[in-house]
Amino acid sequence: MMAVAEISGVRREVNVACIAEGAPLENLVGTWTLIHVGFAMSRIDEDEAAKTLDVLRELGEAQELLDAMAEGAESLRPRR
Amino acid sequence: MKYVEEFRDPAAARGVLAEISRVTDQIGATADAPVRIMEICGGHTHAIFRYGLDKLTPDGIEFIHGPGCPVCVLPRSRVDECIDLAEQPDVIFTSFGDAMRVPGSYKSLLQAKAQGADVRMVYSPLDALELARRNPDREVVFFGLGFESTTPSTALTIQQARRTNVLNFSVFCNHITVPPPIKALLDDPHMCLDGFVGPGHVSMVIGLRPYDFIAQDYGKPIVVAGFEPLDLLQSVLMVLRQIRDGRAEVENQYARVVPAEGNPVSLAAIADVYETRPSFEWRGLGEIDASGLRIRPDYATFDAEQKFQIGYGAGQARAVAEPDGCACGEVMTGRVKPVACPHFGKGCTPELPLGALMVSSEGACAAYYQYGGARAVEVAK
Repeated sequence: MMAVAEISGVRREVNVACIAEGAPLENLVGTWTLIHVGFAMSRIDEDEAAKTLDVLRELGEAQELLDAMAEGAESLRPRR
Repeated sequence: MKYVEEFRDPAAARGVLAEISRVTDQIGATADAPVRIMEICGGHTHAIFRYGLDKLTPDGIEFIHGPGCPVCVLPRSRVDECIDLAEQPDVIFTSFGDAMRVPGSYKSLLQAKAQGADVRMVYSPLDALELARRNPDREVVFFGLGFESTTPSTALTIQQARRTNVLNFSVFCNHITVPPPIKALLDDPHMCLDGFVGPGHVSMVIGLRPYDFIAQDYGKPIVVAGFEPLDLLQSVLMVLRQIRDGRAEVENQYARVVPAEGNPVSLAAIADVYETRPSFEWRGLGEIDASGLRIRPDYATFDAEQKFQIGYGAGQARAVAEPDGCACGEVMTGRVKPVACPHFGKGCTPELPLGALMVSSEGACAAYYQYGGARAVEVAK
């Protein structure tokens, strides 16, 4: 059960038995998958990727807010 | 590449690092009394050093590098058996590249090749099967090495060899499994781990349930992690929050790749082709019960151990002592850091490795040497 995968511009035939799930192979066209030693091992779950990135972005934004508050507090300190 | 760059965003990293610092302080961990987190997978060890995560995280966190680099835990006796196979005149011996430089008792596969053995590096076991198809008068042996992330590839290849009747193909099976050595480490009275970063690619095959014992029986947190810097930092944060809150759970940071139940096709192929060995030898850890796989009798035609009467298949496996003073075993169990080994950076370098941990880019010693650079060697002196 083979398909052509493109990895950073390089094309190679890979075995897709692990991700085909009994559905027609056409369903896999255009999807992202993790490839290991010539086998597509897992389809990338785009919803889960987005959820993880949301959590990470929130942590980044929270820190920016804290940094801004610290900076604000610093600028309010009386200067000699 | 998509799903890579996003997980390297510096702004998000600053946020996660700040939260890591806060939670580390809340736990009360310090350089003198650190939280000890083991990253099980060699790919994680490599990423931690490559991105300097050990320097970016607070002193109160100590990373212990686990036994999850298949090349590193391979005993010298297995390498010797590979060379015995490779030096048989009708054999083409095929291997992944990273196993080629592992030193055996006398030489590595690369040295055997230089002396005339027909050793070939392949990217995939499917390449080895194709080589067998094109060379019907030769015996093509593939060195099956790796954890559950790689085991499905050789299982599916063996199934294909049988389906297509390529009988001059066999696998020298040295596949190992992640949970048994973790249990062995947790049972070790010297071990003092507070939590685990779990292997991402192994878990995409086996799922999350095989780690339940870590949380339920040993009360330790484990978070299955991806391989980008943000993945690792977020996973460390998740482990720390569990420790702070007194929880011990199996959590999944790498849900975009790891389904909770694993990959059913891969698991079925493994179960069809392989069975558990009573025990298997690990470098530095010794024989561990039920930690290795062998090819089922049903597939004996494709089992190099049976075909060539070698290794465990020959009735007994040879035991070979490690080189004098080599600290690979102690590094592997987290007892000492690579720089504490008398050979580190002197008799043992990535160019001329003495121990396996210096060979693979996933080995702790190679990672220290490559990314710790001159400073690591200086500390060693």
